[in-house]
Amino acid sequence: MNPQRAAWLFLTPALLVLGLFFLLPVIAAFVLSLTDYDLYALADIRNLRFVALGNYWELLHRPLFWSALGHTLCFVAIGVPLSIVTSLGAAMLLNSPLARMKPLFRTALFAPVVTTVVAVAVIWRYLFNTKYGLANYVLGGIGIHPVDWLGDPHWAMPTIILFAVWKNFGYNMIIFLAGLQAIPADLYEAARIDGASALRQFRHITLPMLGPTLLMVSILTVSGYFQLFAEPYVMTEGGPLQSTVSVLYLMYEEGFKWWNLGSASAVAFLLFMIMFAVTAAMLRVSKRGGEA
Amino acid sequence: MSPRLAKATINGLLIGGSAIALFPLLWMLSVSFMQPGEASSLPPPLLPAHPTWNNYHELFARAGMGRYLLNSLLVSTAITLLSLAFNLMAGYAFAKLRFAGRERLFQALLGGLVIPAQVAMLPLFLLLKYLGLVNSYAAVVVPAMATIFGIFLVRQYARGIPDDLMEAARIDGAGELRIFVQIVLPLLKPIMVTLAIFTFLAAWNDFMWPLIALTGQEHYTLPIALASLSREHVQDSELMMAGSVVTVLPVLLLFLALQRYYLQGLLLGSVKG
Amino acid sequence: MTRKLRRHTFLRARRHALHALAWACVGMTIALASGCADSSASSRELTFWTVGREGEAVAKLLPDFEREHPGVHVKLQQLPLSAAHQKLLTAIAGSSTPDITQLGNTWIPELAALDALEPLQARVAASKVIQPSDYFANIWATNQIDGTLYGVPWYVDARLLFYRGDLLKQAGFNAPPRDWAEWRRMLAALSHPERGTYGALLPTNEFEQLLVLALQQPEPVLRDDNRYGNFRSEGFKRALAFYVDTFKQRQAPAITNVEAGNPWTEFGRGVYAFYFSGPWNIGEFRKRLPASQQGDWNTAPMPGPDGPGASNAGGSSLVIFRRSPHKDEAWQLIEFLSRPEIQQRFYDLLGDMPPRRASWESGALRDDPKARAFREQFERVKPTPPIPEWERIVTEMQLVAAQAVHGELSIDQAAAEIDRRADLILEKRRWMLESAAAIHGRTSQQDRAHPSDRSRQP
Repeated sequence: MNPQRAAWLFLTPALLVLGLFFLLPVIAAFVLSLTDYDLYALADIRNLRFVALGNYWELLHRPLFWSALGHTLCFVAIGVPLSIVTSLGAAMLLNSPLARMKPLFRTALFAPVVTTVVAVAVIWRYLFNTKYGLANYVLGGIGIHPVDWLGDPHWAMPTIILFAVWKNFGYNMIIFLAGLQAIPADLYEAARIDGASALRQFRHITLPMLGPTLLMVSILTVSGYFQLFAEPYVMTEGGPLQSTVSVLYLMYEEGFKWWNLGSASAVAFLLFMIMFAVTAAMLRVSKRGGEA
Repeated sequence: MSPRLAKATINGLLIGGSAIALFPLLWMLSVSFMQPGEASSLPPPLLPAHPTWNNYHELFARAGMGRYLLNSLLVSTAITLLSLAFNLMAGYAFAKLRFAGRERLFQALLGGLVIPAQVAMLPLFLLLKYLGLVNSYAAVVVPAMATIFGIFLVRQYARGIPDDLMEAARIDGAGELRIFVQIVLPLLKPIMVTLAIFTFLAAWNDFMWPLIALTGQEHYTLPIALASLSREHVQDSELMMAGSVVTVLPVLLLFLALQRYYLQGLLLGSVKG
Repeated sequence: MTRKLRRHTFLRARRHALHALAWACVGMTIALASGCADSSASSRELTFWTVGREGEAVAKLLPDFEREHPGVHVKLQQLPLSAAHQKLLTAIAGSSTPDITQLGNTWIPELAALDALEPLQARVAASKVIQPSDYFANIWATNQIDGTLYGVPWYVDARLLFYRGDLLKQAGFNAPPRDWAEWRRMLAALSHPERGTYGALLPTNEFEQLLVLALQQPEPVLRDDNRYGNFRSEGFKRALAFYVDTFKQRQAPAITNVEAGNPWTEFGRGVYAFYFSGPWNIGEFRKRLPASQQGDWNTAPMPGPDGPGASNAGGSSLVIFRRSPHKDEAWQLIEFLSRPEIQQRFYDLLGDMPPRRASWESGALRDDPKARAFREQFERVKPTPPIPEWERIVTEMQLVAAQAVHGELSIDQAAAEIDRRADLILEKRRWMLESAAAIHGRTSQQDRAHPSDRSRQP
């Protein structure tokens, strides 16, 4: 019996699925982005034309693409640090020897992660309702005027960021918790004997020891946050005044609302390239930081 | 800071954090039992004055929630079983079977992880359209039958199986398939459970692709149905909360039951090989 | 010998494995297929999609239809307005269209281009219920694409003026404006931006207002068989100038409808004397303004550049999909919903205005003073260009116009910019018309054999 043949037998189903329904479409997406596949081409494939980089060129001249990219970058740039800080804070609390009932708290803090985005986005929409929402009611109790959370173009994105942090921080919290538990306790012991304050311990022991975890978590979170879609779809439908249109939302509308599959594919590829560049830059910077 | 104060602060913060994490979910549960219009009053009530099952009745009797629930169960179960089979076989092959180009192929596969799934969605839709699969359960199930992440997870775990076990079986004349089924699979049980719950949750919660591929109401999964209902029934917060409960509760219970495996998988998956 | 045995075991194992795999596949396929099959199993079930609010009202009319047509069951699906366009197009792409749907008449060209709709001319000709001459002519015309009829108008929608009669009277005007000059005088007299009151509300993110002014001009908005934008025409520039001047002279605030908040109460408080909107707002004003104010407001037909002007021919039609297996039943439903007495009930339920004159001759509509202006306006509506690209063009038009309102572009610059964007959007259409003409010139016979080529014919 030949293990080589057995190996291929075992691999074939998975590779077939991945090849046919992932690799092939990715290549096709690039080809598609070089054509003007639209409603007319859908009706009759003879109406398809090759436009080279025309779709990319047009996108780069479209204000909506830039604003969608701006919204997405804003979501990433504010949302990711906020989530990571929250996750790390929660993980450190859970890791503290003083904390009680750790499994219970861990489960509670993690619960939002396993919930369905659509369902919890619907909940948030009601909690942040301008008139009847509990958020404004509570703020009103301490004398803050009602905020039009999802109806005001300046507030809609911050509300979505808050939502994303609430929904996602538990995931990284678990990873950080494992990272924290792996730090040898005698390091802290030695620091304490040297009279280092809690803050200094955090800066000189916790952060360096968590370094690799932090980098990996950041990269995973960044690429996750770049894929913002369901939140604006459910909470704001891209509004108000297109202030929550993300790049993926633009791709969805361009592709499946207007049926410009060509330019929608170009949007998808541009997003991919930007994500790739950003994560590569993060790796680069962290490497340089590590060498210094 | 005195130790007592520190203890109080830490536990206080944990209680506060947990309250924030859980409050929206508890509020959802409470509102789902309120009378229509009850939640839209001032001050916003926290508990229903006269709890009622009406919203659930309305959902299942009139909005077709039963159908969507079944759809979600069917689709998520099919994806879980099929992808489990395919990923286990492939992951095991990458971990334990020798063949030419193994490392290179695996690296290439891992490279695919950087491509966001959305890039493939538009052509995938066209592909399924020409295959005549759009608006069928298959449109959602088939592309999810294997995942790079799943293969990776299985490979990581399977590498821990000692080679001697397989060698001994081979010397005894066992075929590769028998080795896989009788020796390897039992050893892979923990990762199977982990992968199964991961896949099931992801399939259940998936939104963008089913939104695109399932065009007819009769095939909607719960998230799609909920998103669609919530656009029609913006005012009916009580009804929508009941819908959210139906959507969230199954996965939440599943998670609570198998929490250990889920968190394990989460950590395994985040340790890049 | 051992090797032989091992090989044998492997073969057997492999056969088992293949069997297992095959059965798994069969099982899965059956499960998946049976899931798909049950949706098309029923014999005489009509699937009817509605968009937005119409679904709930029509549900109340359907029992009568089902009583008249035993054995036919109508399955109603309500699409949210914001998701309707995407749902319709993916349904066509996925061949999962319903039998019949409500369709905004500006979307008909798109679905006709996809060859998704059933031509209805022959059925109309044979119908006793539906008489084209009874319909408002330009509303009916929006359902004809390149000479083929694809829909029957269900309700009509045109924009006109809601006005505060009491405020006009205070300022010395006894009747609503008939032409632009008069309207301008009223706007000037009623605007006191320092006090926070304005003549009109024209939300800068809605294209309908400028579009109506543009449709009032003699020049069409697109030229050369809708191949190019015609926004540099004198007529469009006149419309754009009137629109922009209203903001420049501070007779309307340059805000979007999000910033405008609740326009109904503001109209009631006298913040705006004119409100430029459609039929559904009759119901909204009746509901939202106190009884004491109900005598203060009314509706008036659009003033034009010189005398009564046109408005847009909006509204929704009923269409049958080409793939429907129940076209006869679907047509029966269209005929049912087109009866004057049913249309009157529909109006009572929802306030949607009927597209045929007979429906206006009795019932609540005949004597309603607030509906009268609409009745008059519907005789003077103009359709928008019947091409799939129109919605994108008009969206761009408004984006550029909003820049002109904010003083970033002059009238001439804005007109040229809209033309540039329109021409870009129409590039594909021009290419298709040209290549279709070329093919047509060579092999006109062959062309006729491909039904999907109809969309390419000029």
